[in-house]
Amino acid sequence: MSKFNRRKFLGKTAALLSAMVAAGFISTSVMAAEATTTGQAVTDTTVSVGILHSLTGTMAISETGAQEAEKLAIKQINESGGILGRQIEIIQEDGASDWPTFAEKSRKLLVQDKVAAVFGCWTSASRKAALPVFEKENGLLYYPTFYEGLEQSHNVIYTGQEATQQILAGLDWVAEEKGAKTFYLIGSDYIWPRTSMKIARKHIENVLGGKVVGEDYKPLGNTQFGSTINKIRLKKPDVIYAAVVGGSNVAWFKQLKAAGITSDKQTLLTLSVTEDEVLGIGGENLEGFYSVMKYFQSLDNPNNAKFVKEFKEMWGEDSVMGDVTQAAYLGPWLWKAAVEKAGTFDVDAVVKASETEGIELTTAPEGYVKLHPNHHLWSKTRVAKWNKDGQATVVFESELIEPNPFPKGYQ
Amino acid sequence: MNFVYERFLGGKNGAIGIAILAALIFLVFPLFLDAFRLGMVGKYLTYAFAAISLVLLWGYGGILSLGQGVFFGLGGYCMAMFLKLEASDPISTKIQSTPGIPDFMDWNQLTELPWFWIPFESFSFTLLAVILVPAIFAFIIGFSMFKRRVGGVYFAIITQVIAVILTVLIVGQQGFTGGINGITDLKTLNGWDIREDSAKYILYFINAALLFAVIFISRFILTSKYGRLLLAMRDKEDRVRFSGYDVSNFKIFVFCFSAVISAIGGAMFTLQVGFMSPSFVGIVPSIEMVIFAAVGGRMSLIGVVYGTLLVNFGRTTFSESFPELWLFLMGGLFIAVVMFFPNGLAGIWDKYGKKLTAYFPKKAKPALTQTDPALAAEDAK
Repeated sequence: MSKFNRRKFLGKTAALLSAMVAAGFISTSVMAAEATTTGQAVTDTTVSVGILHSLTGTMAISETGAQEAEKLAIKQINESGGILGRQIEIIQEDGASDWPTFAEKSRKLLVQDKVAAVFGCWTSASRKAALPVFEKENGLLYYPTFYEGLEQSHNVIYTGQEATQQILAGLDWVAEEKGAKTFYLIGSDYIWPRTSMKIARKHIENVLGGKVVGEDYKPLGNTQFGSTINKIRLKKPDVIYAAVVGGSNVAWFKQLKAAGITSDKQTLLTLSVTEDEVLGIGGENLEGFYSVMKYFQSLDNPNNAKFVKEFKEMWGEDSVMGDVTQAAYLGPWLWKAAVEKAGTFDVDAVVKASETEGIELTTAPEGYVKLHPNHHLWSKTRVAKWNKDGQATVVFESELIEPNPFPKGYQ
Repeated sequence: MNFVYERFLGGKNGAIGIAILAALIFLVFPLFLDAFRLGMVGKYLTYAFAAISLVLLWGYGGILSLGQGVFFGLGGYCMAMFLKLEASDPISTKIQSTPGIPDFMDWNQLTELPWFWIPFESFSFTLLAVILVPAIFAFIIGFSMFKRRVGGVYFAIITQVIAVILTVLIVGQQGFTGGINGITDLKTLNGWDIREDSAKYILYFINAALLFAVIFISRFILTSKYGRLLLAMRDKEDRVRFSGYDVSNFKIFVFCFSAVISAIGGAMFTLQVGFMSPSFVGIVPSIEMVIFAAVGGRMSLIGVVYGTLLVNFGRTTFSESFPELWLFLMGGLFIAVVMFFPNGLAGIWDKYGKKLTAYFPKKAKPALTQTDPALAAEDAK
């Protein structure tokens, strides 16, 4: 045995190390190059994605369902063999209900972690804050919330409904079914309710031949609806059309009930109450009022039965699934479909596949969805009536509606 | 030379502190951090402006403002308005019903630029506005408060109310201000793309240079006769008044000056982060700024910079490593600092760090910088 020699030792170690590094580098670069071209966090066996929702702060209560659904979808995809033979690894970040944090964490996910896709954001404000980062770093965001439209980014796939999909069908239904002619519009004061009400007003006045007798906006988090309720009593609208969001809903519906405005005397159609909100409002305060959106937990189809069962298995028997939760669940599946069509994780290729390949999901809990070249989903809109137990009964279902984020005549 | 050394740097102790901080900000961070992390440090350092403004106002002046976010926001919004107008040229906004106005105005059915936006097409006006708008606003508040001898907790409450009012105003008038989304998607400054990595480096150094300029000027003010008076007013306002000084004028000045410092931070924030929103104006950010100052040591211009960095680093690393627990860790950090180091990081330095600097040869007689609150309290007795 030769004597221990420092120089020899160093030389051998260095050679060994460099050989290892080189071998590793070559093998990973060759293998990974098949799947990606833009230096993403993709190895032979794994691919990293980001989940970016608020786990803390005022939005946490709403966003929890979305991130749970995304994790469920990713788990199911992994169990069925992953994407292009790779298991999905999740890097989770907390947006903390704070818009600049969303921008900062998006940059971290894209620049540092080099994730292949991000599932996240909830409020329009958080999306608007993160959007420039996704466009600059050429990332890919799957955004789950129903929102105001007026946007179509190369780097975002919108899995919720844009405003016209949700609004027009609901208004048509209430005009036909309830013979509604006069409407009272009320919403929280930010971009989504204002844009939605603008579209609603145009549709009511120009298409339905009805009349808007009042329009009110309350600050986010507002808990005083007395003046609005007085005006409603005075104007006696056929329909109260509401887009009050978040915690304000609790005060809004309790005060309505206290004022004696209940479903046996008054039709109320809301754009913003899902099963998640009902947990806080209480079914008894909402009984008989209507929500209009694309998904309800009570939807009767095999896809949804499976989804509800598996969601409860993963996250507990008491969990509820609202519209956004379901839309968030679609994100990873739509991404999987697009990546497999493209044969690579490269963002531009995945976007191109999403635009041109007619990506569709027959397994969606809401039924069948199809991706439109404008990055939004074709989807059905449903109107459902709330029951005391916090679940809703679907009373109307539309045909598949084409997404139209820049509606002519409604701007 | 000696004058500069004593008055702007604050003597030996001050000079060593500034040298260490400068080495950290100008050398260590740029050399060892990648562009992404450096950008984050740059963002944190903009909060340090607000923390420094609180050293003057709260640490020395004894005036606790829970509304520094207002001035941070005003500075930031002035800059954002300029950048937004530049980003909203008719070509890139041609899909709107009225091309050439910012996108959020178009969504809110505005068809022409509101009058108060028009001057912000000029860059030099914007730079002036970043300084003057908060200064004038602070003057109005300060004049109406201090002339009536409103102080202490009442002043703190009123500044907090102003923060709420301004937030509600910005959120409510979304056609003019961008509402809760804020002013987003800012791209270029006079044609220079501020989203590029190279731009981030340049902005980082501009920001750091401005920060040191603010520290020097603040030090100069605090080592002057005015600084002495400020301390005296904090500890025994009546005596200063009976000595023939008009206390309110001094208070108005320090309030306006601290407003301008915060506003510069806000403007640099907008440039580096690329947007501005009402979430930097309200109560939460304003109180966070007080926390930065408290953690750093409210009597120390240098300490609060470290305090700002520490709290924000903590927030970032905790929230990255423990997305579900990080708020508890932050709470623990605050409690620990307040319990064990009531004078903040600067207090630790005064207690242990000074022993180290004692090994350096004496060059000039130690300046009375009043970094040690215990000393200040003794003076007051």
